[in-house]
Amino acid sequence: MAAADEGSDSLDDLSVTSSRMTTQPHPPPTAAWQQDGEAVSLELAGDWRREGPAVKVSGKPPDRLPARYGLAALGFYDSTLPAFLLVHFRSVSTFTKDKKELPPMEGLPDNLRGLLELALAVPEESDTALETDKESAIDKLGRVTLDLFGKVQAFLEFAGLTVLSLARFCTGRGRFRSADFWMILQQCGAEALPIVALISFLIGLILAFVGNVQLTHFGANLYVADLVGIAMVREMGVVMTAIIMSGRTGAAFAAHIGSMKANEEIDALRTFGFNPFDFLVLPRLLALVLMMPLLTIYADAIGILGGMLVGSFVGIPAELYWNETLASLDMTNSSLGVIKSVFFGATIAMSGCMMGMQAGKSSAAVGEATTQAVVASITAIVVLDSAFAAIFTLLEI
Amino acid sequence: MAAKITVRDLTMAYGDLVVMHDLNFEIEDKDIFVIMGSSGCGKSTLLRHLIGLQEPAKGSILYGEENFTATAPDERSAFMRRFGVMYQSGALWSSLTLGENISMPLEESGKMAAATVRDLVAYKLALVGLSGFEDFYPAQISGGMKKRAGIARAMALDPDILFLDEPGSGLDPLSSRRLDDLILGLRDSQGSTIVIVTHELASIFSIGTKALFLDSATKKQGAIGPPCELRDHSDNPAVRLFLNRGDTPATPPP
Repeated sequence: MAAADEGSDSLDDLSVTSSRMTTQPHPPPTAAWQQDGEAVSLELAGDWRREGPAVKVSGKPPDRLPARYGLAALGFYDSTLPAFLLVHFRSVSTFTKDKKELPPMEGLPDNLRGLLELALAVPEESDTALETDKESAIDKLGRVTLDLFGKVQAFLEFAGLTVLSLARFCTGRGRFRSADFWMILQQCGAEALPIVALISFLIGLILAFVGNVQLTHFGANLYVADLVGIAMVREMGVVMTAIIMSGRTGAAFAAHIGSMKANEEIDALRTFGFNPFDFLVLPRLLALVLMMPLLTIYADAIGILGGMLVGSFVGIPAELYWNETLASLDMTNSSLGVIKSVFFGATIAMSGCMMGMQAGKSSAAVGEATTQAVVASITAIVVLDSAFAAIFTLLEI
Repeated sequence: MAAKITVRDLTMAYGDLVVMHDLNFEIEDKDIFVIMGSSGCGKSTLLRHLIGLQEPAKGSILYGEENFTATAPDERSAFMRRFGVMYQSGALWSSLTLGENISMPLEESGKMAAATVRDLVAYKLALVGLSGFEDFYPAQISGGMKKRAGIARAMALDPDILFLDEPGSGLDPLSSRRLDDLILGLRDSQGSTIVIVTHELASIFSIGTKALFLDSATKKQGAIGPPCELRDHSDNPAVRLFLNRGDTPATPPP
């Protein structure tokens, strides 16, 4: 204890020094190397402060440990001084080779010696440095390609597992908590109504405005009703709903499952014999597949209302607009969007859950998983929609 | 001279749920002050009060002569700069490497040269035995290493007072011992005061200079004093029971 008390003296001095320093300027920190016959000595002076000026080193740092220290002019010091000495010790080749012996520290204050001994107690691990990538362009291309294949493979595997899980559910062996299911159903159904309403109303409005400007040239602005109706039920209603849901619900799935994974909650499910797939993915998939068609029909109706509002502004009576809309839509047209919505719902739920399940175990990884889930599901929705467009064209519907 | 930290009539509560009544104790300079008690008795809550993350329901906390509780929360940065805190699970920022975790508080002032920051980071990591791990992410290292890296980060700004929340829990006896030695070494050479929340008996006896026992049954301060003395001579049976791991406690002197 005596040594400890003595050692901390200079740190007590620090506070005194620093209060005195408010009136006095700090002498800048200096380190001077002096050749002393065979040996080397190090002269330290000034105030070593984190916020102060950088250290002025005079003389060339030798490739050997200092044998003596001159501290006569040394003032205040914080961690910058031991950090400076440590860097020098480590730079000396003979010292790094022979790690066992501590460098001579005669003349240093006790607390500084204590800190340096502590810092040198565990040798620097030279092989811990992470491998820096030094790959060529071809290596990189190969790796990116393989990664891409890996991702496709992972998605297919996930899709396969989903089907198996569905099969277990249909035969009554897949288990999840029904409370979970109802909660998810509420989250991705009822709670999404306001945002879906707002967006699809505005989309209907925009379509009607744009259509009206063009169609008035031909004196055919009544056909705004046809345009809005067909566009909403075939494309815009379902695509906008899907995009809203991937930002809203797909991201929530990925973040929830991702943080469960980071917390080892998924491992906990597994050890209790629950299949995490049945338990987490299945209720989300079913809920979204059930809710997407309903949300789509809702979005279609609200979009048509939006168009009707614009119609009444440009002189189409609501009744006429309604009749025209009904005349333009048939069952085939109206069902296309709803059919697509089922597939979109499955895609959103699967990419959200997949990214969550594959997330790493840190909070940064959860954020990354969420981003990937949204990007993947929006991309998949647009690609799927183009595929549907091609198929419907071929089938002439 | 006033004690480093003085706690007066501190009552801690979450809403109407009172955690602890009327705590009164002092922490002297260079103490290794142990806050102990059974699980869930409010040890970490007390720590959160001491560092200003939670407001007392009643009472005050003084640092030296200055009243920390009476200072407005946005004027507390002068106090906060003197604290270094290690949280229970390390709480390292997961998107930053260990080196960046330590350099972020250092670079905050914007006055330090990049080379100085780098040297300081290397030195702080060396102190906790993690030399060469600058480029690792927290997810890539073990639990014990995370704790040590958490201590290195807590020490980044050469704090006057180091708060450690359960530094030894979840570590094997040898790592826990090494951590104790590290804490002792830091106290002796850095000259800081250290406040530890723990219920590891081995650590309490080997490094604690003064211990505070929070009694969850009475929701009051159970006892305070040097740990070995409390174990053998405390007049509170709950304290003796706790420090003897439930074995027949030594009878208090008449």
